[in-house]
Amino acid sequence: MTRIATTPHGKLSMAQALNRALRDAMAEDESVLVFGEDVGPLGGVFRITDGLTETFGANRCFDTPLAESGIMGMAVGLAMNGMRPVVEMQFDAFAYPAFEQVVSHVAKMRNRTRGRVTLPMVIRIPYAGGIGGVEHHCDSSESYYAHTPGLHVVAPATVADAYTLLREAIASPDPVVFLEPKKLYWSKEEVEIPAGGPGIGRAVVRREGADATLIAYGPSVPVAMAAAEIAAQEGRGLQVVDVRSIVPFDDETVCRAVRSTGRAVVVAEASGFASVSSEIVARVTERCFHSLAAPIRRVAGFDIPYPPPKLEHYHLPGVDRVLDAVDDLQWEDA
Amino acid sequence: MENVRPLAHNRCMTPDHDHLLPSARPVVLIDSGGRPVESAGYALPPDDHLVKAYEALVVGRRVNDQAYALVRQGRLAVYPSSHGQEACQVAAAHVLQDGDWLFPTYRDTVAAVARGVDPVEALVLLKGDWHSGYDPHAHHVAPQATPLATQLPHAVGVAHAARLRGEPTVVMALCGDGATSEGDFHEALNFAAVFRTPVVFFVQNNEYAISVPLARQSVAPSLAHKGIGYGVPGERVDGNDVAALLAVLGGAVARARAGEGPQLVEAHTYRMHAHTNADDATRYRQDEEVQAWVGRDPLTRLDAFLGGRGLLTDQMRESCAGKAERIAAAMRAGLAKDVRPDPSELFAHVYSAPTPQLLEQAALVADELSREEGH
Repeated sequence: MTRIATTPHGKLSMAQALNRALRDAMAEDESVLVFGEDVGPLGGVFRITDGLTETFGANRCFDTPLAESGIMGMAVGLAMNGMRPVVEMQFDAFAYPAFEQVVSHVAKMRNRTRGRVTLPMVIRIPYAGGIGGVEHHCDSSESYYAHTPGLHVVAPATVADAYTLLREAIASPDPVVFLEPKKLYWSKEEVEIPAGGPGIGRAVVRREGADATLIAYGPSVPVAMAAAEIAAQEGRGLQVVDVRSIVPFDDETVCRAVRSTGRAVVVAEASGFASVSSEIVARVTERCFHSLAAPIRRVAGFDIPYPPPKLEHYHLPGVDRVLDAVDDLQWEDA
Repeated sequence: MENVRPLAHNRCMTPDHDHLLPSARPVVLIDSGGRPVESAGYALPPDDHLVKAYEALVVGRRVNDQAYALVRQGRLAVYPSSHGQEACQVAAAHVLQDGDWLFPTYRDTVAAVARGVDPVEALVLLKGDWHSGYDPHAHHVAPQATPLATQLPHAVGVAHAARLRGEPTVVMALCGDGATSEGDFHEALNFAAVFRTPVVFFVQNNEYAISVPLARQSVAPSLAHKGIGYGVPGERVDGNDVAALLAVLGGAVARARAGEGPQLVEAHTYRMHAHTNADDATRYRQDEEVQAWVGRDPLTRLDAFLGGRGLLTDQMRESCAGKAERIAAAMRAGLAKDVRPDPSELFAHVYSAPTPQLLEQAALVADELSREEGH
């Protein structure tokens, strides 16, 4: 338990918080098993599982053959027979071989069997870009999972949420796709463990502001926060909502926030077409139409394959693009 | 040319690995005429096991043919029959103990029934009231798998969980010849071998994947030969000889239970009917081919063997037929009931608790229903 401790300043990185959540869950419940590619002695390519094999033994945290469908399918069987598997897909795009298992079995088992067979399992996926990764390492794949009934889909944006939401995901009786924003792994916060905060299914307002609402999740939350900071200096109050839980989606909190300002911009890295960001715009528009002073804008990834590292900053939603979208919210009518 | 490493191929063929290879020919213990056959390493199962298997074969055949008829009467949407493969179905269930698990495919209804699942519950899937109609935990029978080979990694997981807890569970995982081409077949065998999990992979090679013959699936010497690639012992067995199946599958289960790791068994059998009632088998196979397999029927073969040994009397035959008839009658009665499925259940099992969005959608359907009733 010594390899992952709080830093001398009491600050914890998101990677450390995730490791601590796995540790605490494994210590509390011996049916929690962690497995995947390189998660054993290496501790995972992002070191999220650092020291778990050493602490809990190779039966509790172990490497598997290099085959994601096999990993996911084995997790289904383990969960059918009393275990709580937490599998790591090494990178977003490397989870695709497991897609059939996720869509046809992980998501459907409870429903197929009228609730008789449940799959309490967590699929951890380091996801999204902004780290200069080469191709197939930076996909924002949340829409594929969010479109599949039967899965919960969660993306933390803060260190505290990384701990709280991962503990909730492991304790959940339902399968949870847990999307870890790679570019936030090394972000640090002063955090007391257990970190507390609302669970899966709740969005939170990260920053109050009266003029417009920015809706974001995962890696886009810090972008929205930075945009709000600059807007405040320019005299415009931007409220920031962190969605946290893509499925179930917290219509109540998001819509209350948008009604309070009458203007909104959704920020997400994933390509915008047929995406979580388009779903958010549709839902909020359906529910808040009469409170809106302008159409809801989106700042999303372009509809292109994820770019090579030297071009990714053109693709990723940045503070300037968010502020430009806010400027377009028909202020002249106000 | 010193210190040249032997080719992997040569390493495989060292005597140390010969035990991973299947027999030169499928194991047979009773030939198609009902006569006993010597087969090295395998003994005839005890008489009472064969008599029990006979009854299950009679019931299995009746279940297959009743279900087929129920499709024609419009009571089932479709039925993938295992007519002709009942020996495989029965043996796969009979070699298991109570704590073991069976992972059947859509064609393995008879195997599920032989393990104790109520045929009416098994046919809920094909009747269309819901998906899986039985409780998988009640008899340790997983939901019948419709996608190919995806259930095999699940079988590995169930076995691995049991092994981690020190339970003596063995998992029997069924698939067909076509499924051996799927990636999940490969991944499941490899995972099972690496983790040494007690799974028996049982391939019913019935020569066709819908219309596509085995020659288009694989040019391996046999499907059982695929085991050596994973370090898994493979064996071949006559899939219409229930005695050989009980011996070979029973041995595989015993070795898996004893900690020797996964086992691969290929049964050579034949799908006597079309893929389902919706399929037209005359488009891809000749009637002579089908007729040739009639003479190898598993039921008549066992009947001749047991009868010849005085182990099966006409009274016993009648008793078995009577039991099969009662089960068929229960199937007809159970499937004749037009239970209107409750649409609100569509939202009940998606998650442990419905999301707010699903509650809204359930309310919408409830409102539509109340308006329908108002008319």
